[in-house]
Amino acid sequence: MYKYNDFDTAFLAERNAQFRAQVERRIDGSLTEDEFKPLRLMNGLYLQLHAYMLRVAIPYGTLNSDQMRALALLAEKWDKGYGHFTTRQNIQYNWPKLRDVPDMLDALAEVGLHAIQTSGNTIRNVTSDHFAAAAKDELTDPRPYAELIRQWSTDHPEFQFLGRKFKIAITGSSTDRAVTRAHDIGLRMVERDGVPGFEVIVGGGLGRTPLIGKVIRDYLPQADLLPYLESVLAVYNLLGRRDNKYKARIKITVLENGIDTIREMVEERFEERRRAFDGTDQLLLEEIKAHFTPPKLRGGNVETYLAAYDADPVFRSWADTNLAAHRDDNHAIVTISIKAHGQTPGDATAAQMRAMADLAERFGYNELRISHEQNVILPHVHKSDLPALHAALKDHGLATANVGLISDIIACPGMDYCALATARSIPVAQEIASRFDELKLEHDVGHLQIKISGCINACGHHHVGHIGILGLDRAGVENYQITLGGDATETAAIGTRTGPGFAYDEIVPAVERLITAYLSLRDSAEETFLQTYRRVGMDPFKAALYPEAQKKVA
Amino acid sequence: MPRPFTPKIITANDLLEGDVIYFTDTNSWSRELTEAELIEDEAEAQLRLLEAEKDALRVVGIYLTDAKSGDNGPEPTHFREDFRRTGPSNYRHGKQEAAANV
Ligand code: HEM
Ligand code: SF4
Repeated sequence: MYKYNDFDTAFLAERNAQFRAQVERRIDGSLTEDEFKPLRLMNGLYLQLHAYMLRVAIPYGTLNSDQMRALALLAEKWDKGYGHFTTRQNIQYNWPKLRDVPDMLDALAEVGLHAIQTSGNTIRNVTSDHFAAAAKDELTDPRPYAELIRQWSTDHPEFQFLGRKFKIAITGSSTDRAVTRAHDIGLRMVERDGVPGFEVIVGGGLGRTPLIGKVIRDYLPQADLLPYLESVLAVYNLLGRRDNKYKARIKITVLENGIDTIREMVEERFEERRRAFDGTDQLLLEEIKAHFTPPKLRGGNVETYLAAYDADPVFRSWADTNLAAHRDDNHAIVTISIKAHGQTPGDATAAQMRAMADLAERFGYNELRISHEQNVILPHVHKSDLPALHAALKDHGLATANVGLISDIIACPGMDYCALATARSIPVAQEIASRFDELKLEHDVGHLQIKISGCINACGHHHVGHIGILGLDRAGVENYQITLGGDATETAAIGTRTGPGFAYDEIVPAVERLITAYLSLRDSAEETFLQTYRRVGMDPFKAALYPEAQKKVA
Repeated sequence: MPRPFTPKIITANDLLEGDVIYFTDTNSWSRELTEAELIEDEAEAQLRLLEAEKDALRVVGIYLTDAKSGDNGPEPTHFREDFRRTGPSNYRHGKQEAAANV
């Protein structure tokens, strides 16, 4: 795992001291809010509906146990005992007090964490595959590249005032667990003649104009990563629209100019920029890579695992849904669901964070991940430890067996916290999860992703949900629009709107009708919701959603 | 014909705590919507907003928003202000927490 060097540590200390002084000057009145706001946003501090909100980056979603404990400390000491993990591998605290934020940032710096570039029109936290370095299908660990990008982009003078925020995601696997096609730049490790390089995708994004990114380079040698990224950003900085906030993202630049023009311009700059890179970035990369040496996996048999799997149906159900294949057959990747039925998706209490940190130490080589799906992952667990791990998770309300199922919902904070929201997301997610828990249908329904946002910004990824739900304000009343057929993986797709939206008390029954329709339409229990939708199309689902409209037509 | 004026209140967030506050008829800020001044006249609303903005160093994001008269003072007309007055729906945090402590 990447460890800060003296330069990094000093940089953070200085930055935090600067912010502490700025907070003091705001409180004593020497700074106005107009002067202070850009400064607080540069340090991840927003003002939301009910309070301040501090957004802390978890670079490429990777944490060690001490860092997780620091997150717990912040929740307990300066917030209300919990934190909210987001789809961008960040954690948000919803109740900090202005005066306390410098102390919170100092506590984070002690374990090498910060809130820099978690806001503003800069290159945001680089996100990555949460199964990195553990997944069976992986070519190369993407995180050293993510760390390289982070170091290059942090305080990069050319990219601090872009037209809009800029998001980069990177994966080292053929299976896309990082939604690379819905990012400003997506990087996917591919092989050519046995040599790994990157497929570079640009111009994806969600928000009010959802678009799937386009391939700008099907193969980029690893050594060219930074000069190439610089070239893409330079072209965006030049062409990107600044006249209209909603048209400022690179996706619009690509849409308006065409991918071929953008590619030509990027390649032209790339020729020049590459010359300016003298190889120090590659030396740095080697240094970074040394911090990501995989843990020395222990041997030993897996008898206890097999015995528990046969004997205990609760354990078996959890193992079937929450484990993923590890590159070492004796190990498993464990996803800890922080989506207990009826709870807020993505929230973990300080006690739960500490428990997960302890368990990572005991069973997981001291490593944790945060997924864009708002869950926590122990990437390396020896199978013989799984029964003990499961028992310990149960004690902390962390053993919900629902990963990838209908209650494993991504939900943005919505109107319960977010100043930009037009409707609530959290209670809708809570009610859907509780409802399907009551119906005991969840495991029968199988793999299904529901994603909910409280406004068109699409923080909850609703456009790429198999079932997407978007909360809107219709004449002062909460209203929810449904999309179907979205896909966040390597076969990425934007969902299609079903028709008119539903009132708050109609949305859960509407989802239930969709599921009932799916169960009657699927050709076998193996056919997932998304597969059925792709086979039968929108019409049968529409009929289930709007029975009244059908009657009128008839 | 000009549209009829909807009564307004002035609201903001407290600089130090971040929580939702309301401007009262005694030129102070209260955490309770029921204690807010309900302004029935359009010109008056603009003047009261200017008055409230004198506190811009202690208070953040001051704005006028619709409200109506209720049995215990002003009430919100839109769900956003309703949520701001109470707190989030997933935990009894924010204003509802404070109320529970009384
Ligand atoms: C509560 C504070 C938040 C605010 C003020 C906020 C603000 C925004 C805005 C303005 C956009 C639109 C950007 C654009 O299209 O140009 C956006 C998009 C997005 N946000 Fe948030 N957000 C918040 C919380 C979150 C949370 C909690 C998550 C994760 C659960 C999240 C993840 C995202 C993602 C994934 C996108 C869309 C992806 C894209 O096209 O870039 N945000 N957010
Ligand atoms: S989608 Fe909208 S409501 Fe939800 S967090 Fe993003 S900005 Fe806020």
